[in-house]
Amino acid sequence: MNKIKCECGHVNPEGTVLCEACGKPIEGNQHIDGNDEKKLLNMRYEGSARRSQTYNKSIIDKTWGFFSSVKVGVWLIVLALIASALGSILPQEMYIPADAPSRDPAIFYEERYGVFGLIFYQLGFHNLYSSWWYMLLIALIGVSLVICSIDRFVPLYKALKKQKAKRHSTFLRRQRLFSETESINENDLDTVKERLKKQRYKVRDEDGHILAEKGRFSRWGPYVNHIGLIIILLAAILRMTPIMYLDEYIWIREGEQLVIPGTEGQFYIENEQFLLENHDPNDEVFGEAIEMEGEMIASNYQTDLIIYEAKNDVAGADPDLEKIVEDELRMNHPVKFDRYTLYQSGYQLNEFSNMSFDIVEEDGDGEALGTFTVDLSSPETSYELDSGFQVEVSQYFPDFYMDEDGNPASETNFPRNPGFVFLVYPPESDTAEVSFIGIGRNIDATGDNNYSLSINDFDMRAASGITVRVDYTLPFFGLGAAIFMIGVIQGMYWQHRRIWLRPTSDGVMLAAHTNKNWHGVQKDIEKAIDGTKINMVEDQQELDE
Amino acid sequence: MSTSMLLDISNAMLFTAFILYLIATFFFGATIRDKRSKHKKGIAGKIGITITIIGFLAQLVYFITRWMASGHAPVSNLFEFTTFLGMSIVLAFIIIYFIYKTGVLGLFALPVAMIIIAYASIFPTEVSPLVPSLQSYWLQIHVITVSLGQGILAISFVAGLIYLIRQIDQTVRSKRTTWLEIVLFTIFLFIGFIVSTSIFNFMDYEATFEYTEQNALTTTEYHLPAIAGPAGGELMTEGAMEPWFEAPGWMQGEDAGRKFNTVIWSFLTGTLIYLLARLVLRKRIGKAMQPLLKNVKPDLLDEINYRSVTIGFPVFTLGGLIFASIWAQIAWDRFWGWDPKEVWALITWFFYAAYLHLRLSRGWHGEKSAWLAVGGFAIILFNLIVVNLVFAGLHSYA
Repeated sequence: MNKIKCECGHVNPEGTVLCEACGKPIEGNQHIDGNDEKKLLNMRYEGSARRSQTYNKSIIDKTWGFFSSVKVGVWLIVLALIASALGSILPQEMYIPADAPSRDPAIFYEERYGVFGLIFYQLGFHNLYSSWWYMLLIALIGVSLVICSIDRFVPLYKALKKQKAKRHSTFLRRQRLFSETESINENDLDTVKERLKKQRYKVRDEDGHILAEKGRFSRWGPYVNHIGLIIILLAAILRMTPIMYLDEYIWIREGEQLVIPGTEGQFYIENEQFLLENHDPNDEVFGEAIEMEGEMIASNYQTDLIIYEAKNDVAGADPDLEKIVEDELRMNHPVKFDRYTLYQSGYQLNEFSNMSFDIVEEDGDGEALGTFTVDLSSPETSYELDSGFQVEVSQYFPDFYMDEDGNPASETNFPRNPGFVFLVYPPESDTAEVSFIGIGRNIDATGDNNYSLSINDFDMRAASGITVRVDYTLPFFGLGAAIFMIGVIQGMYWQHRRIWLRPTSDGVMLAAHTNKNWHGVQKDIEKAIDGTKINMVEDQQELDE
Repeated sequence: MSTSMLLDISNAMLFTAFILYLIATFFFGATIRDKRSKHKKGIAGKIGITITIIGFLAQLVYFITRWMASGHAPVSNLFEFTTFLGMSIVLAFIIIYFIYKTGVLGLFALPVAMIIIAYASIFPTEVSPLVPSLQSYWLQIHVITVSLGQGILAISFVAGLIYLIRQIDQTVRSKRTTWLEIVLFTIFLFIGFIVSTSIFNFMDYEATFEYTEQNALTTTEYHLPAIAGPAGGELMTEGAMEPWFEAPGWMQGEDAGRKFNTVIWSFLTGTLIYLLARLVLRKRIGKAMQPLLKNVKPDLLDEINYRSVTIGFPVFTLGGLIFASIWAQIAWDRFWGWDPKEVWALITWFFYAAYLHLRLSRGWHGEKSAWLAVGGFAIILFNLIVVNLVFAGLHSYA
């Protein structure tokens, strides 16, 4: 390492642009910060020796140099911005509407958006935010954050620590705010010092050379907020591991009691009732808006639930269930127990729970010859009736529809539109009559049945969709976000202001620098020199440079 | 006090605020017109800011009374949110004015706020009840913070725009003059919107359409003659103008056809006013405005531009990303879901992050920063207008 000794006696590390102690530009290094072409000095990193600007030989140097460039960082941000925008043009796969004719992405995008949709799908943009290249882009931003921060923070910290109040005259002249006064009164400097102290500047005096400084900690703001962002990115990686994150979904009907998925049989949930409440359409305040809407506006989705914990978990035996929580699960009101959180995520009204059927003679007086009831969540294979009839369940379609080939099928496994093919054996007969029956359907398959079936009664109930979630990464995201906010506020709401006074034979040179808010530091100076003979600084900024 | 009375007060106060902003704009205009005595300029500015503050207080009364009437923070649908964004811009302007004392900022900031408040009026203004997902105290925390952040960022746009009008060389036509003219033309479109809706509102124009949306027969009321009718719609009102064509089916969301029609009217009226202005001035609008701004210091404008971003960025991050995530976690069991509105909040954040990093490099102060500030505000407006009108997502409540 070739250390550079400045004329003030300070020894600077290789690559230093401005002497850490006195600020004198170091010959031969001025091109690094572009000072050779400008009147004003680039004060961004105090002219400190940054690794990226100093070494450029090995591959490591070059990689370091690449990622430490703000330009590269900005490009990465811009690319992430454009990519994010692309993904928002059409809905992502998870937002394909539930009522779409086909929710298969291979069909949906082309069907709804034509060729553009097809291309969107083929490029994988329907899952853009979890694509490898989007994640790589975000990861590269992360790398850039780390390298940029280390490359700048260390030398900047050292330079600010080693700075002296006594600064080289060239340094002062080449600051944006500068003035020179030929002669001043004897006690002008003391007045200024006192006033700066009153404005809460830390004032250092070295042989009459004055440095007034405040808000240095704001210089660390960017590095603090970058640490916050890195914690957030690490938390996102953690979240991909199953140990840290559990996501299950459970459909539970009213009155049902089920083991909660993901809890390995330790916890059970019971749905006492599900409530869907609407706003009163005659409401004095909201009536008009509801009428405009033309339909009911929901006011509450709620599951009254009980959580049980299984005790004495002996294999094979029914566990003893101990009630641990009884609560109302609503939107915006998740229920927590143990390490799990439950969220009200969906509902299905009007599921059939059971259905009872009458057997009637085709040409008779309509009197029921027998009645049987089917539990729709677990139908028996056959029903023996007191009157001697036997009914066999040949086929059961919980959610009946006709598929494309015109065959009966079930859309889901939930009894939302039950349909049956029953085999009806009249008393003391071995030949069965085939009947198809469902809501609004009653088909005599052969056309010569003597007995027909009819729906006598049914019970309905609601099912509640509940998300079961364990997310140990949340505190990390929270921590990252908090540190990020502290960092940005530290860096943006405070500024690092410095004012230098360098005595000349009879007068004084006055210069100032701030990383933000030049208006503010000028006001500080105005207040400090008011009534003295010291000239107000002039703004030497070359705008539109 | 009965709720209907509270709402009457509320609406009257919003109107009062709007008028006061208009009056204050003229006083801020006077700060640049009258250069003869420094003293006079000070007075015009003082009156301007006083009226602005009174206007802001009036709007605050609108906000509070509406909150009292509905029982929830009036930021729950697009009318309420957009109105509040206008209010935030005014508040941000007041704060920045007291730091920098630049009257010319008000000449541009108040009209921007007024345009946004006027834009809010195309959405249903009735007090609407909250759906379950909105019933949380995070509603006010999240929305108010986002809106304040965007309001402060809007001031950077205002400063940037004034900078561009002041600084761009207008002696010859160039790419920059053209782009500036496009930005100004966009403002004319908004003026076109206000003019066309006000005229037909004044005439009490009404045309009812029936159309099918999500398998349900719906009606929509047009207050502007229908150039574009709703997709598959049928005109029910006698004597009203038959639509020239139908709105394309891919426009989603409630009343998409009516909103699209409003866009067309705004475009036509705005273009007409713009062309008239060009005809009268006989030069580019930017060129005509430039001499008025010669007394404003460009470096101060650049400073205001940057400062507004440094103040607004943390507020926006807190409201638009952090509070948003906390609420999403509570309501929807995930703190981030790549919903279009969320994505565009992230894009806004990326954009201003890029801006802040570019400010570190030489050559990005001054004009380039001004262009960036205009771009940032364009993204905010995009998120407010296009994402709600075209993309249907979790945030399309209105």
